[in-house]
Amino acid sequence: MRPWLALSTTVSAALFAGALTANAGATELRLEVAIPRMAVAEYHAPYLAFWLKHADSGEIVPLGLWYDDQEKWLKDLRLWWRRTGRTQSAPYDGLTGATRRPGTHSVDFSALPALAGLPAGDYELVVEAAREVGGREVVRLPFHWPADDTRTVTAKGDTELGTVTLQVGP
Amino acid sequence: MSRSFIAGAAGLALAGALLLSPAAQAHKRWLLPSHTVVSEAQWIAVDASVSNDIFDVDRPYPLKALEAVGPDGKPATVDNRLEGHRRSVFDVELTQPGSYRLTLPGQSYFLAWQENGEPQRRRGWNGADALLAELPDNAEQVALTETHSRLETFITMGAPNSTALKPSGQGLELQPLTHPNDLYDSESARFRFLVDGEPTEGVEVELVPAGTRYRDSQDHWTLTSDAKGEITIDWPAAGRYYLEAGFADKHPDHPKAQQRRLQYLATFEVLPL
Repeated sequence: MRPWLALSTTVSAALFAGALTANAGATELRLEVAIPRMAVAEYHAPYLAFWLKHADSGEIVPLGLWYDDQEKWLKDLRLWWRRTGRTQSAPYDGLTGATRRPGTHSVDFSALPALAGLPAGDYELVVEAAREVGGREVVRLPFHWPADDTRTVTAKGDTELGTVTLQVGP
Repeated sequence: MSRSFIAGAAGLALAGALLLSPAAQAHKRWLLPSHTVVSEAQWIAVDASVSNDIFDVDRPYPLKALEAVGPDGKPATVDNRLEGHRRSVFDVELTQPGSYRLTLPGQSYFLAWQENGEPQRRRGWNGADALLAELPDNAEQVALTETHSRLETFITMGAPNSTALKPSGQGLELQPLTHPNDLYDSESARFRFLVDGEPTEGVEVELVPAGTRYRDSQDHWTLTSDAKGEITIDWPAAGRYYLEAGFADKHPDHPKAQQRRLQYLATFEVLPL
């Protein structure tokens, strides 16, 4: 198993490097997400999903998923599940990782291969959070792609998400 | 004398009501899956009950005729069938992505006749011939009605597909134009009703939101299929819904039956988005 894993890592690193080269200096898409601290007896870190929605065509570009390898609960990211999750299987598209604890977290989507061929236009970056024994919330950040200069878009969730800041730049 | 008159009048009224309105006298019957939209392979549990209390159990529904069809159109695995005192239950194994259909078809006959001037009626689930054998020699105005019912519900793992949802072309069926596991509040669903495979106008449909036990009204609403056999359902809220559709015609299978009543009963889950 190990040699295979090592090889697999090398291959994805190479793909990643390729994508970086193709995109070099052209694009930036970074996000800061605040996960609020909850005063609750039973706390589970929320599952989060990130995707882009093209304003006109409605086309979806999956950006990432934070979950704890329990696919059973992925359906609770209801909007993500309907828009893209249910047509996928592990490994899920975009940057996937474990759930994060309360606090502010950064995620840089700039090097994602999916952004390399992204058509110009108006988009929404959608962040959805779903927490076991908690709630669900969706936050949307509108932006134009590609950006002429560095722009910051901020939105704030009411319950499951705190301040979400998108930085998009050339 | 007055007593037999009252009984006769009541019997006549009841028989009349049964003939005019196929669903009016029947109890509601339903399948209730524990989950309808899932994101990994798993077992789900299903209740089957004859109950006017939507969706609280009352009496068990026989499971003998159960069909569980998987996303590839082949039978799905069913386990732990139990017909209890207040409900029937079973488990279904979801092993592959796509949509599963659960169907409980049923057939019964209703026999009405006059005996010495008194209306008589009987219902049978063991075929028309068994029922007709019970007719007395002096029976007059014999009327045999054939009833077909179809209880259904749907479950989807991963992305919905339509292989298991393909109509059989027999009796009253629902042809989903909106997938039954792609239902969300603030959206509407469009379904087409088929009789023997043909889109049919005039199918009467009743919808009841779950939770009748905890409110003072049924909150039901009715729809009738249009010229294309279609209805549009605007879901008032997320939740589970009971749908009952009825249609009557003069095309029974049994040569001695005059009328055929068709019932389609389904449970849908509408999710918030």
